[in-house]
Amino acid sequence: MILTDFFILLRQELLITAIIFGLLIVKLGKDRSNESILMLINLLLLLNLAAGFFCSTEGALFSDMFRTNKLIVLEKNILNLAIWIISLQSYSWLKTHKHVIEFYILLLSALLGMFFMISSGNLLMFYLGLEMSTIPLAAAANFDLSKRQSSEAAMKLIISSAFSSGLLLLGISLVYGTTGTLTLSELSSQMGHNPLQVFAFILLISGFAFKISAVPFHLWTADVYEGAPIAVTAFLSVVSKAAVLFVFVSILYTTFKSLAELWYNLLFLLALLTIIIGNLFALRQDNFKRFLAFSSIAQVGFILIGISGSSQAGTASVVYFILIYVFSNLAAFGVVSLVSAVTGKEKISDYKSFYTTNPMLAWVLTIALFSLAGVPPTAGFFGKFFLLMAGSANGSYWPITIAALNMVISFYYYLRVVKAIFMDANDKPVQKLVVPALPKLALYICVAGIIVTGLWSSVYDYIYSLSPGF
Amino acid sequence: MSNYSYIVFIPLLPLVTFIVLGLFGRKYFKISAGAIGTTSLLTSTVLSFIAARQYFFVDGKVNGIYQKIIACKYTWLEFSPNVSIDMGIIIDPISVMMLIVVTFVSLMVHVFSLGYMKGEERFATYYAFLSLFTFSMLGLVLSSNIFQVYIFWELVGVSSYLLIGYYFDKPSAVAASKKAFIVTRFADLGFLIGILILGFYGGTLDIGLLIQKLTSLQSLQWINITTASFLGVSMLTWGLVLVFIGGAGKSAMFPLHIWLPDAMEGPTPVSALIHAATMVVAGVYLVARLFPVFSMDAAALSIVTYTGAFSALLAAVIACTQTDIKRVLAYSTMSQIGYMMFALGVAKQGGENGLGYMASMFHLFTHAFFKSLLFLGAGAVIHLVHSNDMKDMGGLRKLMPVTHIAFLIACLAIAGIPPFAGFFSKEEILLAAYHSNKMIYGVALFTAALTAFYMFRLYFSIFWSKEPTLHHSHGEGTISMKLPLIILAICAVGVGFVPFSTFVTADGAVLETHTDILFSIAPVSLTIIAILLAANLYKTQNNKPERLATAFGGFYKAASRKFFVDEFYLFITQKIIFPLIGQPIAWIDKNIVDGCINLLANITGKIAGLIKGFQSGKVQSYALYFFGGIAALAVIFIYLWK
Repeated sequence: MILTDFFILLRQELLITAIIFGLLIVKLGKDRSNESILMLINLLLLLNLAAGFFCSTEGALFSDMFRTNKLIVLEKNILNLAIWIISLQSYSWLKTHKHVIEFYILLLSALLGMFFMISSGNLLMFYLGLEMSTIPLAAAANFDLSKRQSSEAAMKLIISSAFSSGLLLLGISLVYGTTGTLTLSELSSQMGHNPLQVFAFILLISGFAFKISAVPFHLWTADVYEGAPIAVTAFLSVVSKAAVLFVFVSILYTTFKSLAELWYNLLFLLALLTIIIGNLFALRQDNFKRFLAFSSIAQVGFILIGISGSSQAGTASVVYFILIYVFSNLAAFGVVSLVSAVTGKEKISDYKSFYTTNPMLAWVLTIALFSLAGVPPTAGFFGKFFLLMAGSANGSYWPITIAALNMVISFYYYLRVVKAIFMDANDKPVQKLVVPALPKLALYICVAGIIVTGLWSSVYDYIYSLSPGF
Repeated sequence: MSNYSYIVFIPLLPLVTFIVLGLFGRKYFKISAGAIGTTSLLTSTVLSFIAARQYFFVDGKVNGIYQKIIACKYTWLEFSPNVSIDMGIIIDPISVMMLIVVTFVSLMVHVFSLGYMKGEERFATYYAFLSLFTFSMLGLVLSSNIFQVYIFWELVGVSSYLLIGYYFDKPSAVAASKKAFIVTRFADLGFLIGILILGFYGGTLDIGLLIQKLTSLQSLQWINITTASFLGVSMLTWGLVLVFIGGAGKSAMFPLHIWLPDAMEGPTPVSALIHAATMVVAGVYLVARLFPVFSMDAAALSIVTYTGAFSALLAAVIACTQTDIKRVLAYSTMSQIGYMMFALGVAKQGGENGLGYMASMFHLFTHAFFKSLLFLGAGAVIHLVHSNDMKDMGGLRKLMPVTHIAFLIACLAIAGIPPFAGFFSKEEILLAAYHSNKMIYGVALFTAALTAFYMFRLYFSIFWSKEPTLHHSHGEGTISMKLPLIILAICAVGVGFVPFSTFVTADGAVLETHTDILFSIAPVSLTIIAILLAANLYKTQNNKPERLATAFGGFYKAASRKFFVDEFYLFITQKIIFPLIGQPIAWIDKNIVDGCINLLANITGKIAGLIKGFQSGKVQSYALYFFGGIAALAVIFIYLWK
């Protein structure tokens, strides 16, 4: 191993580590104003994002523990982009917070964990990355220090993820016990259909399903999402899920390829359960944060349908959808966090006549909701369309039909919000908000992303060209 | 092949204008919106002329035949290597000609509106809509893919809906825009099905490939589409007729014409743009675009011919009885488009037989200029008189000399008096009709006389008849209103001399045409008689028109009520569709469908309530469900699912 290889292959992880250490040093130094720290951090994150686009190569390190390729680099870039947008959006909230730097250290540690998880070439490495990406988030969920709900969310997150990790570890040990290896590339030839291995596999799947909050492993989501600060909720529902989904696709498609028939059915089962139950929950929500959380459960169901396609298009459509999902969901979270930070209002009914006072924000929110619902010509439509196309490639049309019908249901609850924003009368609409520059920039980026990703087909083509064949 | 990539900017500039004005217009460009829109369109126009020069005079011709050039192509949606939707720009004689027409007329309308719409509250919005419309129309004429045509087709529909309904505080305008939208939407449904049929059997949506595949008698696609049939009619005919229905909707052909007169509720410059030169000829353009395929199917072509001829005649008769000047113009547009349609219908692919095609395009070209001139002139008149009714006008020639002369030129042009533009194109159409179908020729001749009659009826009623009764606060209008009139008037004289047949023909080769003076005697003399008759009746105030109307009795009444087509539709919809189909469906909807939905909603609610129980907030029970889930999956996938 040459040292330059080491730096090039690990450069995204090293950058994050450098930022974390830099922040620690800043913390130890003299007191600075929150504004300047936030400016610095946002700038660093932007540089970090930009740096990700240079010299992407393939390779493996540490006897296959760590591996990377162009698709993995792209996935990490998507996560970098997401964290930058979240950081821009939480500007107003963090400006007055006492522990800005700690917050960022926690988020970045989690991100670092995700990077290692995405790059892992070994189940142990994967487990380490997964834990590293969860535990700091539990601490971050507690960051509304004055709110009891926030602590409750943190406790629930840590306990339930400990539980899930336990079962995941059990699965990993069973895999090791039956095959004698944990290296992903070697596992693929060793996994068979004997009950013990299938059980181990189901345990692994449930670990994934827990992280992406697929039904029936989703129950922790509602409480955690509601209690955690919005920035953390956004992080959990976008970045965490995205990272785990990236790994999920690649592990299923390569390591567990021999079990394809099994997980094909399993995915459909989970996907339909997830879509239907996610929709049913979202239908009745009035709290905007909870609403977004539940609707994001349903979105994951659609992604699972896409994964079941098991083809090059399967990977491509999942990555493409996640990119869109980052833009759309963060745009929605961005508006909600602005409103909630200033007025404390979080209910959907508070958004009645939102358009009359905040036309710009109303449009951003509407475009985001359209994209989440999948209304053409927003990117969300193309994303879902490709997912369903990929899922239907194997010829099972009835699950696709059910999923498509559920899309209609989701139209109802997304458009209900749009109706409230534009049409419903309200005596006391949300006051006119002054949006600071950074969150505004984040919103514009999201809207541009929603439109460009959908209409500019090169984005999908590029992702498709990077995706491995099945 | 040389570079045409700059053509992309011709439609893009208006799009950018639309976005800028639409987003920021009301705030920042309230006054300057007009200037911005006009400048951007001026650039597009100049680019169009550059493109036309390059195509027609520099490199469009290979071996004496104008080529179809794909200026750029872009795969928009690619699902898999076999299924993709492309976007592209096609350059051939008709698309370049349409580029000129659309940008030029649109530019005139932009300039005219600077004066006409001045002081409107939503000035910027108006220009944004104009830009959107121009963008869609340009996109439509440049489309190289039939699905792309459809996209822009709908965009044109939407933007015209916005423009017709511009005065949205006027209920009649709202109703008119709705009517236009709904009627054309119905027609578009046919268009869409037609596209799908042609695409399905042709195996492609690309226009060039489609034409290639559906015109060679050996190709598999040709055999498939002609042998497959539905209700005894081949799928080729179905596809083409359905496409034509779409075209007929936009081009206001009978029986889908009912929206056009009502659409006059929009601002008058808008009518000059949409209802004279651009959108309404989209149907003609569509048939011309697919003409090689149409020419393979005699049945579809004869439907085009007879629909066109009948619409031409019907509209001309109705136009003689209308008193709203814009409605007269609307019916005259419909009539002239009928001309273009049947000219296409009597044409065949290639050589001398392609005369009708050439004539149709030529008439489209000349008509665009004199008809938009007529509308803009009418706009100037309405601007002065504040009324659409000819009864409120008269003697205006002294008050508005420029408009008067321009209007007269346009009337002479549309009537077909040499040497004005309409004469040349109409002669070609008559000649084409004469050579292929004597009956159509008769109808065309009679319609030509009627056209001259009602146009001069309009002219004399506005500018002569009685002494002006109004006292005016403002004069004829600003220079921005007069300038387009003057330019268009010059065009209405000049464009007839364009050697059109060397540029635009069915097969791209030059078509030798010769004007036969003997042939022209009949139509021209008939036209002059009609003009004299109109002068006799309407030049001075007298009771002859009423006497004439009484003499025609029931026929006059029927014509002035537009032959009760509207009433017929109302009868069909309100007396037949609503009670016999609508109400039962409504009942089913209310009681059965809604019942099911309510049931579903109740069940959903119940289930949601049930699930809510799971969401207890207790982590230990979450763990239990988690574990239960794993156990269930294990049981299912280890024991049950083998």
